[in-house]
Amino acid sequence: MITLGDYLVVSAILFTIGLAGVMLRRNLIVILMSLELMLNAANLSLVAFSRFRVGTNELPDYNAQVFVFFVITVAAAEVAVGLALVVALYRARQTADVDDIRSLKF
Amino acid sequence: MSPFLFWIFAVLTVIFGAAVILNRNPVASALSLVVSFLGLSALFMSLEAFFVGIIQILVYAGAVMVLFLFIIMLLNIRAEEQRRINWLAAMGSIGVSVILLVQICVVIGHFKEARQPFPPLARTTTDDVWNIGRLLFSNYNLPFQIVGVLVLVATIGVVLLSRREPR
Repeated sequence: MITLGDYLVVSAILFTIGLAGVMLRRNLIVILMSLELMLNAANLSLVAFSRFRVGTNELPDYNAQVFVFFVITVAAAEVAVGLALVVALYRARQTADVDDIRSLKF
Repeated sequence: MSPFLFWIFAVLTVIFGAAVILNRNPVASALSLVVSFLGLSALFMSLEAFFVGIIQILVYAGAVMVLFLFIIMLLNIRAEEQRRINWLAAMGSIGVSVILLVQICVVIGHFKEARQPFPPLARTTTDDVWNIGRLLFSNYNLPFQIVGVLVLVATIGVVLLSRREPR
């Protein structure tokens, strides 16, 4: 029998993979992909809780799914702006590697 | 959904998610991310969230991944050459991630509801688009309009950012 905990563990593993990607990888585009992975891990646990909290009318709790809708919208806007920043940075510096961008580093 | 299908899609999602950060080639990472999102949308559908599963495929596997691949090919980013890896930083970040994972799993272990199966639904609900839409235009009307403004601002910002500097 699949329980709520199984979905939460899958979501935790996905979030951890995303976090490790953000910290390990030096390529800006792969860092953005890892951010997407983390956002989707949060979405998975939201949807799992939505299915778990069945109301009196025996329907899932749709508030969580509306929240997932907002998360997906904001994530799409974030990716668009992030990739535009990568392109602007690449024009200025000819690199997409975070190790080469350290002008602000003290 | 049968436990067998759940485990197939969960393992698929996690393995290809790991492939995203393990591949050196950004194109391979992007394609692994597509497969991972397809598995994730199957998991959403196993939770009777068909609308969310569909927009997961449409928005992520469709729009966002095309954007990623387009930028990778536009910038002509090749696989990272074998740079000297900072082993201390790598070990530190892996350590932090593993500690976080262990913490979340301990919290889930203490969470009593996590061991209960999902309660049954009245019927297989295929009208969740109707339900989500009704909430979106009643309870969440103001956030919905704010998100619209956010997307507009993001569009204008992207156009401004990627414009060539006038000489």
